This record gives sequence, structure tokens and C-alpha cells, in this order.
Amino acid sequence: MDFSLSSEQQMIQDSVSRFILNDYDFDSRRKILKSAAGYSQENWKVFADLGWLMLPFGEEDGGLGGSMVDLMLVMEEFGKGMVVEPFIATAVMAGGAIALTGNQEQKDDYLPRIMAGELQMAFAYAEPQSRYHLNNVTCSAIEKEGEFVITGQKSVVLNGNHADTLVVAARTSGDVNDPNGISLFIVDAHHPSVRRKGYANVDGHQAADIWFDKTPTLGLLGAQGKALPAIENIIDKATVAVCAEAVGAMQIAHERTLEYAKTRKQFGRTIGSFQAIQHRLVHMFIEHQQAKSILLMAVLKMDSNNGNDPKALSAAKSRIGKAANLVGRESIQIHGGIGMTDEIDVGHLFKRLTTIQYLFGSTDVHTKRFASL
Amino acid sequence: MNLNFTAEEKEFQQEVRQFLQEKLPSELARKTKKAIHLSKEEYIQWQQTLYIQGWAATNWPVEYGGTGWTQTQKYIFANECAIGGAPDIIPFGLKMVAPIIYTFGSEEQKQRFLPDILSSKVWWCQGYSETGAGSDLAAVRTTAVKEGDEYVVNGTKTWTTLGQYADWIFCLVRTGHPSEKNQEAISFLLINMHDPKITVSPIITIDGKHEVNEVHFDGVRVPAENLIGAEGQGWTYAKVLLTHERTGIARVAMSKDRLVQLKELAETTADGADKLIDDPIFAQKVANLEIDLLALEYTDLRTLSAISTGKAPGPESSILKIVGTQIIQAIDELYVEAAGYYSMPFVPEQYHDDFDGQFIGTDVATNSSLRYFNNRKTSIYGGSNEIQTNIISKAVLGL
Repeated sequence: MDFSLSSEQQMIQDSVSRFILNDYDFDSRRKILKSAAGYSQENWKVFADLGWLMLPFGEEDGGLGGSMVDLMLVMEEFGKGMVVEPFIATAVMAGGAIALTGNQEQKDDYLPRIMAGELQMAFAYAEPQSRYHLNNVTCSAIEKEGEFVITGQKSVVLNGNHADTLVVAARTSGDVNDPNGISLFIVDAHHPSVRRKGYANVDGHQAADIWFDKTPTLGLLGAQGKALPAIENIIDKATVAVCAEAVGAMQIAHERTLEYAKTRKQFGRTIGSFQAIQHRLVHMFIEHQQAKSILLMAVLKMDSNNGNDPKALSAAKSRIGKAANLVGRESIQIHGGIGMTDEIDVGHLFKRLTTIQYLFGSTDVHTKRFASL
Repeated sequence: MNLNFTAEEKEFQQEVRQFLQEKLPSELARKTKKAIHLSKEEYIQWQQTLYIQGWAATNWPVEYGGTGWTQTQKYIFANECAIGGAPDIIPFGLKMVAPIIYTFGSEEQKQRFLPDILSSKVWWCQGYSETGAGSDLAAVRTTAVKEGDEYVVNGTKTWTTLGQYADWIFCLVRTGHPSEKNQEAISFLLINMHDPKITVSPIITIDGKHEVNEVHFDGVRVPAENLIGAEGQGWTYAKVLLTHERTGIARVAMSKDRLVQLKELAETTADGADKLIDDPIFAQKVANLEIDLLALEYTDLRTLSAISTGKAPGPESSILKIVGTQIIQAIDELYVEAAGYYSMPFVPEQYHDDFDGQFIGTDVATNSSLRYFNNRKTSIYGGSNEIQTNIISKAVLGL
């Protein structure tokens, strides 16, 4: 057993870590959030130039291997800086869908452009009624003269407002909950039959609700009606990404709160000198450590099983959700009033740690899934 | 010991219900229940409706315009208001400074300030906390130096809720020598917010709202007649005020109503093929909260019963603050969970009256996380829950 990083992995971690430290400080991030696009094209180019957009893809697809450990390393650092660029939406989810289910022609068409940072994508799967049930799809794809047209609504599609191309889950047969009959399609987001309402999420990430009205597709991905296992795998990988992000964000939230407790004085002494506060900072630390451990468990198991271990992944999401909840809330509470303001990063970390608990399946959903597998 | 309302109390309950039905605009009730932003005018309008009815000041003595209600009547009124969706009373005038004025103020101060507070003609805000004086409130550094028949005030107050609307502020200021023990150097001063030497700067909170402010005093000259009681007694007065703040702080009625609404929401929220309420884990979370809230309700009622038999609310009323806010925050969290993905979009503009764009999510889904974020304040303000815990540990348990 050896949990140390390879020299390549160390290099990846160092390069992302340096970027966060030097180019993604709190003020730079605030400027990005306030910009019209809500993310930085310039940073996106950096991600491409440094090869980070190649990380989620296998070598056979021109990527750097696509291991879950690599993804964890990048995302943990992203979590420390609360990176809002659509790495998960474009590279992990939509790109992952094409890599997993696309034919050679589709891969050749899209993957090099994603890795070069030339294409923004989004993965449209959730619907207003579906919550976290990936088999619950009402969005329909009807075949007419050999061409599919898609009709329906997709909810809170990450990067949905900036994506040029979408990967859309739609039903080609079966009733609304049928695990069979779900297919993935590539769709031109700029097609006139696609209506989008874009917005920023509370954590600063860009998203959109999207309506399709007899929208033609740019092609079917994989076998018709057989997409559910692929969708589950893609969402599991995206879940790894946000779990790692949460671990990074928890580390910073804990560090900030610790620093604050050591310097903030009330009643003539630092608040960190009170045992009531000391113990709570220790509990936060324990939660962060437990979260880091269970994430490592999940990525190692997934990597040794072809990127697929739903039970291990759900264990991680469930446990990390609980940790994120406690660490986020305690960071605000120990900071007191100043933690409530938009002015310092701890409130933003709290918000991201909150949304992560509800992204790709809530804590309870993953606890249930763990128990059922 | 008796749990039931008397015939008169039931009649009173009917009277309150009828009043709310007739006088509370349904749009205002809808917004209140859904925690949609209310304008200054909407708050004032409701408080003036209560004033006309004679119900604005439920805690005041009758001689100053209070209702003279029993504790049970107050309890009934609070319950019915929560169920009906009446907006919260902005507490700073009616619930906070008024008791100080009628308890410790001069006759002249009572006549000058109480009528306008009662009729909600003036908007008050609170000048307690400072950057260095949060939980340790006695550490305030804002000074009021006596010059002739005026005090010259310098310093900065913070977390001043809705100070942007305020006509007046009540402040804890240091009138004593810096070497004096904190508690004995503090005085209670009323200051006109329209003074040009006062500047109010907004603090934006994590839910994107402008609710709190910093208030800067730069050589503000305040007539000495605006001092309440005696110099150096401000801390004592403030402690009395904090006790007043305790009553009603459990927010039982509001939380009960929010749980009722949450169950209705869960019954209509689709969860794939099912409804959210059919999810046993979610249903159990709601049930656990309901049970916690029942216990809190009876802790609250025990406190009320003690008050109505002539005992002052003791330090154990800190329990109400601690548990009440824990429950508020836990309910907030279940609303976020119920909203799922739709807890994420930041689209507060869609709850404004003039919004005519594409609505995202259903009902209050996208407001759920903002309320969850905003209500983190409840365990911080009004004496943080850590301070409340210390009060119980020292004053009740003798530790």
C-alpha cells in the first residue's frame, strides 16, 4: 500500500495549486463572478494550455489517462479556490459522455476541441420532476424520417447558458421511469428551437433551464435506448469531482476559521482560547480528515474497477455531504457576523459546500443508494 | 394545570382571525409566508393597520397604549399572525427601544417618543454591535463626550439591521473614562439618524441582500436630553431589553406554520415516480422536527406561564433562543432539500412585484437556499447561541 503521488500526479497538483494561489485569489474570483459571462475565457485557455482539460480523457482519446485520482487532485485544488469555470460540465460530463458512448467519428469531432478549450458544452439530464432519479426522463426524442427531434425541459443545466453544444438525455421509448428507452443526443445549443434561461447559481456557477421544441439533433450517442448506465457513470464521475472540490473547500474553510479564532479577541482574549470553540474546530478538522479519507477510498476503488464503483462513490458522497454540512455551518457560526457577509471568502465557501450537498444526489439519496447496492 | 382555552380566549381567537381575514392583504400574507422581500412601506402599512386596531404594542403597559393582553392572549395572537401570514413587527421601535423608554426614560421622553413608535411614524434601528464588540457587547468603543448640554458622538456601529430606513437609532455609547470598567462606562443614547454627520454604509450578506449596515458617527452632536436615565447605566438598561427580546424569540408559531407548509410542499413535490413526502427519510426528518418543535412549544408555554404568574423570564429563557434558532435553521435546510436542484439558481428578482420574465423552479424553490443562508444569522444575533449557552451554564447551572 502506498498513498503517495507519482511524480506526474505531483506535477499536476503543483501546477493547479500554483494557479489557485497566484491567479485565483478571492478578488480575482469576485471580478470573474461580476463579469458578463460569469467565468473567465482567459482561465479556460490556461486550463487548456496546461493540459488540465485533457485529464479526464483516456490516452486512446488523446487525453492524459482519465483516472479518478487525477480528477481528485485537480478538483481538490479547484475547491480551495472555488473555481467557477465549467470544467465539470464541459470536460467531465458532456466530454465524458462523448468519450464513453460516442463513435470514433463523434469522438474525433468533439474531444480534440474540448481538450483545446475551443468548445463549451453542457450535459442536460435533470428535469423538474426527476430530482435525482436518473431513470425519470420525460423529455422525448421522436424519430421522424430517420431523424430525431427532442421536446421537453431540462433543469439547472450547469454551463447550459454558455454551452455551444449540449448532450441531452431524452426518452426514445418506454414510460417515464423505464430504465430502458433513454438515449443520449448531441444537440446544437444555438438552434432556434432551443430556448434557454441562463442564470448564476448561488455558488457563482453558471447554469440554465433549457426548453426544446422539436429540436433536431446532431446525432445519437451510443446505442438507442440504452444510455442509463452511461448516464449513471457520468454522474458518478461528476460526483467524484464535486466531492474532491468539497474536500478542498472544507480545508480552506477550516483554515480560515482557525486563523480567525486565533486572532479574534472578545472578552480580552482570543476566541480560540475558549475550550468550547477549540473542540468545535477539532470536530471540523476531524470531519475534513474523514472526508478526505473516504474520497481516497472511492477514487482508488473506482480506478481499480474501470472508473466504476457506485457503492464506493455513494459512500463518499454521503459522508462528504455530512462533513460539508458541518464544516460550512460551523465556519459561519464561529466567524459570527463577519461570516455572514459577502466580503470574505468563508461565506462563499459555505455556499459552495451547500450546493455540493445537493448536486448529483443529496446526502440521503447516496446513503440510500449505498444501502441498496 | 389546564391546557384548554377558556370561552373568552376562544372568542378572542375568533376576533383575531376575523381581523386578519379582513385587514391583512392576501398578497402581503403570501409574500410573508414565502419570505419574499417586503418594502419599507409594506412593513409600515401593516404596523399602522395594527395601530389603528389598537394591537400594535402587545407588550406595553396599557397606559402607554399597550393591549393589556394576558400571556395567553399574546400567545394566541402570535399564533394566528403566523398562520395568517402577518409580517413580523420590525422590533427595534415597538419591542426594543419602547420598553427602555417607558421603563427608564423621563416623562418628557415618553411623551416625545412613544406615540410615534406606537403609530409606526418613525423607524428605529439598533446601535449596539461594533467591529470589536460582538458577543462581548460591553466592549463598545463609540464615545459620547459631554460638551455643554450636548454629547459629541464618534465611532462606528455595525450589523445595524434596516438602518438604511431608520429615522432614529438607540445606541450603547461610552460616556465614561476609558480606564473605567466597561459595564460602568456605558450609556444609552437616542440619536436622530437624519444628522448629516451620520453616514450609513451597506453590508451585503451572503444571500445577496442589503439588510444590515455600518453606521458611522463623525462628531455627531446629540442633545443631552436624549440620554436615557443616568450616565453609566446603559448596560443595565440593555440587559433588561435583552430579556424583552427573549420573549417570543422561540418563534414557535412561525416554525409550526412553516412545517405545515413544508408538508404541503412535500406532498406536491415530484420525486421521480413518487412524491417527496413518500420518501421515508425525508418524512422522518420532518417528523423529528415537529417533535422537537412540540417540546419547544411547551418550554415556551412554561416560560409564559411563569411570566403570567408574576415571575420574570429567567436565564433559562436562553433555551428558547438556542432551540428556536436550531429549529428555524433545520426547517430552512429541509426546504433546500425539498427544492433539490432548484435550490441553486440565484434569481431573487423573480419574486419582485414587477417581474415578468421566465420563472425558474416552482413557488419558493429558488428562495429556499437564500433563506437558509440568511437565517444563519439567527444563531449569531441577539446574543449568539454560544453566549446563550454560557448564560445557562453560569446563571442556571452555576458552573
